[in-house]
Amino acid sequence: MGDWVSILLVFILIAAPYVMAAEIKGGLPARRILYWVIGAGCIAFSITGSLAQEAHHYFVAHMTVHLLLGMAAPLFFVLAKPVTLLLRILPVKTARSMMKLSKTRYARFISHPFTATVLNIGGLWVLYTTDLYRAMHMSMVVHYIVHLHIFLAGYLFTHVLLSADFNPHRAPWLLRSGVLVLSIAAHNILAKWLYANPPYMATAEQAEIGAQWMYYGGGVIELIIITLLCYEWYRGMQKEAQRNVEASA
Amino acid sequence: MAKNNHAMNFWSGILFGLGLIAFFDETVFHQLLHWHHFYDKSTLAIGLVSDGFFHAFSWFATVIGLFMVAYLRKQKSWHRKRWIGAVLLGAGVFQLYDGIIQHKIFRLHQIRYNVEILYYDLVWNVGAILFIIIGLFILRRKQVGTS
Repeated sequence: MGDWVSILLVFILIAAPYVMAAEIKGGLPARRILYWVIGAGCIAFSITGSLAQEAHHYFVAHMTVHLLLGMAAPLFFVLAKPVTLLLRILPVKTARSMMKLSKTRYARFISHPFTATVLNIGGLWVLYTTDLYRAMHMSMVVHYIVHLHIFLAGYLFTHVLLSADFNPHRAPWLLRSGVLVLSIAAHNILAKWLYANPPYMATAEQAEIGAQWMYYGGGVIELIIITLLCYEWYRGMQKEAQRNVEASA
Repeated sequence: MAKNNHAMNFWSGILFGLGLIAFFDETVFHQLLHWHHFYDKSTLAIGLVSDGFFHAFSWFATVIGLFMVAYLRKQKSWHRKRWIGAVLLGAGVFQLYDGIIQHKIFRLHQIRYNVEILYYDLVWNVGAILFIIIGLFILRRKQVGTS
């Protein structure tokens, strides 16, 4: 019972601000609100309730939490285009200073696809191949920091790879695609490594199931991101062909 | 512009063929027959890296290959025969790479376990070479036909 109350509470806390902002803006497609709500659900289930509890001692649950927190939730959030929405409803002055912030050198650096990948997949490598994973089970503070990092890095990564939401420094398509393939490869390799090297407190069987869950479950989200990127290429080519036809007419 | 689409027909087929054979490998040999192992722990580190890259790239290749077909069809410049030839060539090259470099040299899982592996390897790689030959044959014939 208490389980569901806490899940619902977190869910409302995350979903409500977006729904209210959508209300202020008005005329937002229902699809975008739905994406945000699904993303909020992913977060709620991964940080409270029985799944989150189990994740402390059961590696398969831990991996499920990571898939939800680091891959599924970021994808749904990005598709809801929160930055675009925020820029629309903020007062002009605030929106302008936000734009200024996005032009800083730090923002440029952090939003490069390569940096985002190192933070995202590199972070996972550090977590599982060093003592960090063990430390995460010893201290709640480390536990929360790791989870926060996994979500933020996953979000940044998805945001800079896809052109769904507002991004003034969008990298060329080929670079984003190359980085995506690179990061999926690194994710695959890490999954196979985990299969053979059970992390702290995980049995060999748990490691095998968790690793395959990481590989195949992650594969589904990766396939969606690939499809969205390729669709962007298709749209661009269509537009170019259109322009050529119009120019020769 | 026609020349440009000629190249795109070829590359779209190659990419899709590569993705298709990787998908076939995953579904049939890993999931349905359970002949291949997810990771048999005798793989060299470079085999893991090579396999990780190939699987990542094959997903991407399948999807972009299909979007290229969609684009070519919209432009009414999809040459089906040329495309099928390229698909066979792409599939054959990847299967040969998988069969010789990944399975044998990098010792990434074997085709099947507890059997005389030689015959399986032979069928696998001869099949790959056949794919390549048929693919090249179709591509060549098509080129003669169009010029």
